Amino acid sequence: MSLLEIRGLTAAYGDFQALYGIDLKVEEGETVAIIGANGAGKTTLLRAITGLLRTPPDCIRFAGAPIGSLAPSRIVRRGIALVPEGRRLFPSLTVEENLRMGAQCGRGGPWTLSRVYGLFPALAARRRAAATALSGGEQQMAAIGRALMANPRLLLCDEISLGLAPRVIRDVYAALPGIRAEGTTVLIVEQDTSRALAEADRIYCLQEGRVTLEGAPAALTRARIRLAYFGL
Amino acid sequence: MAWLNIILQGALLGGLYALFAAGLSLMFGVMRLVNIAHGDLIVLSAYCALVIVQATGMHPLASLVLVVPLMFAFGYALQRGLLNFTLSGGLLPPLLVTFGLSVIIQNALLEAFSADSRRLQAGALETASLRLGDQLAIGWLPAIVFIVAVVVIALLEQLLYRTALGRAFRAVSDDADTAQLSGVEIRHVFALATALALAVVSLAGVLLAIRTNFDPSIGPARLLYAFEAVIIGGLGSLWGTLAGGVLLGIAQSLGAALDPGWEILAGHIAFLLVLLLRPRGLFPKQAE
Repeated sequence: MSLLEIRGLTAAYGDFQALYGIDLKVEEGETVAIIGANGAGKTTLLRAITGLLRTPPDCIRFAGAPIGSLAPSRIVRRGIALVPEGRRLFPSLTVEENLRMGAQCGRGGPWTLSRVYGLFPALAARRRAAATALSGGEQQMAAIGRALMANPRLLLCDEISLGLAPRVIRDVYAALPGIRAEGTTVLIVEQDTSRALAEADRIYCLQEGRVTLEGAPAALTRARIRLAYFGL
Repeated sequence: MAWLNIILQGALLGGLYALFAAGLSLMFGVMRLVNIAHGDLIVLSAYCALVIVQATGMHPLASLVLVVPLMFAFGYALQRGLLNFTLSGGLLPPLLVTFGLSVIIQNALLEAFSADSRRLQAGALETASLRLGDQLAIGWLPAIVFIVAVVVIALLEQLLYRTALGRAFRAVSDDADTAQLSGVEIRHVFALATALALAVVSLAGVLLAIRTNFDPSIGPARLLYAFEAVIIGGLGSLWGTLAGGVLLGIAQSLGAALDPGWEILAGHIAFLLVLLLRPRGLFPKQAE
C-alpha cells in the first residue's frame, strides 16, 4: 500500500480545466519531486491533496483511506502538511506563534519547538520577531518549521526555492536530510529541475495538466526531461 | 468644576459605547463580517434580561448569569447555522443577511413586547453616587459600567494575545486558507468569535437597560455609536475602541450641556472631525 495514491484526478476552475486524469503514487519514506513549467498544474495538484480543492473521495487515498472530500483541517490531522508557495506566514503573529499554529492540529511526534529551533538556529534568535521582519530565507525556514510542527507523515513543499538567492536555497534544502531522517515522506514541487533531480528518489513531470514523464532521476536523460517539460 | 463634571460623566458613558463596540470589533476583526444586526442584538439581550427578571424577580445584574451564557450559545448557533454560509462571497452577503436579521429581530420584539418603553429596575444602585467634591459626583452605575468595559477589553486583549484560541483568531483573520491548512477548524473558530461577541453584547444590553429606557427600535442607533467608537479608535485596536467610546461620550455630554438638542449631533461631529483629521483613527494597527 502506497502512502499517497492518486488515481484519475481531474480538477477545474470554472471553465478552465487544470488537471486531466493525474495518476501518482508516493511510497512511505520516499522523496518525490514534481516538476513542470508555470501553469502545468503543480499547485492545483497540491491544493487537491490538501483539501483546499474538493475532489471525489476515492481520487486521493492516504495510507489506504480515501481523503478526497475531507476538509483541509481534517487532512492535516491525518498527517499531510503543506509548506505553501510564497511561504504564507501569518503577518500579525510572531515567529514562534507561527510555529505554534502548525501544532494546532494536535498530532504528537518528534517535532517540537526546540527541535525546529535546532534544525533552523536562525529562527531561535528571532522567535519574538514579527514574521514579516524575517529575511526571505528565514521566512521559508519558518514556513517549513510550521509544517513540521504538525508532525506530518507526508510533507508537501511547494516551490520552496522561489525568490531566494542560490546560497539561501542551499541552506533551506540542507534541512531536508534531517527531516527525512525522522521517517517523513517528502513531496517537493520545483521549477528548478536540477535541484529536483538532485533531491528526489523519483520525479514526475507535469505538462498542461497531464503527467508526461515519471521515473528515477538516474534513469532519465536530459532530452527526455526537456521533451516532457516543454513538449518540444 | 461644572465642565469637569460634564467631561467625567461623558467619559463614563463612553464605557458603555466601548462595550457596544467591542463585540462589533471582534467579529469584524476575525471574519471581516460587518454585523448590521449588532444594535438589535444588544436590544434583544435587554429584553431577554427583562423576561428573566420578570419571571424570577432577580436583580437585573444577577440575571447576567443566565443572559450571558444564553447569548453566547445563541451567537454560536447563529454563526454556525447562518452567518458562516454568507462568508465566501465578499463583504456584501453578510451585510445583506445581517440587515435582514436586524429587521426580523426588531419586528419580532415589537410583536412580542409592543412599542412601549421598558426599563430594568436596579433599585438603589440607580441613584447611588460617590461625592468627590462640591460639584463633582460619580454615579455608582456609570462607574460600574466603565469598570466592566475596561475589564472586558483587558480580558479580550489577554485572550487574543495569550491563548491558543486568540492565536487562531489572529491567524484566521490574516489568512483563512493557510489557517485551515494548519488544522484550524475555521467554521468552529468563527462561531466561537460570534459567541464571544454576543456574550459581550449581552453585558452591554443589560447595562444599557438599567441605565436608560429601551424599546424595540433603538438598536440601529446603538450600532451607529458602536461603529463610531470603532472607527474613532482605529480598526483592530481594542484599547483604541475604548478611547473612541470615551471621546464619543464626552462629545455627546458636552453637546448636551450646551443645548440638550445637540447631544447626538455633537457625537457625530466629533466622529466626522476624527475622520477628517485622522482617517485611520486614533490608534490604528499598522498597515496589513
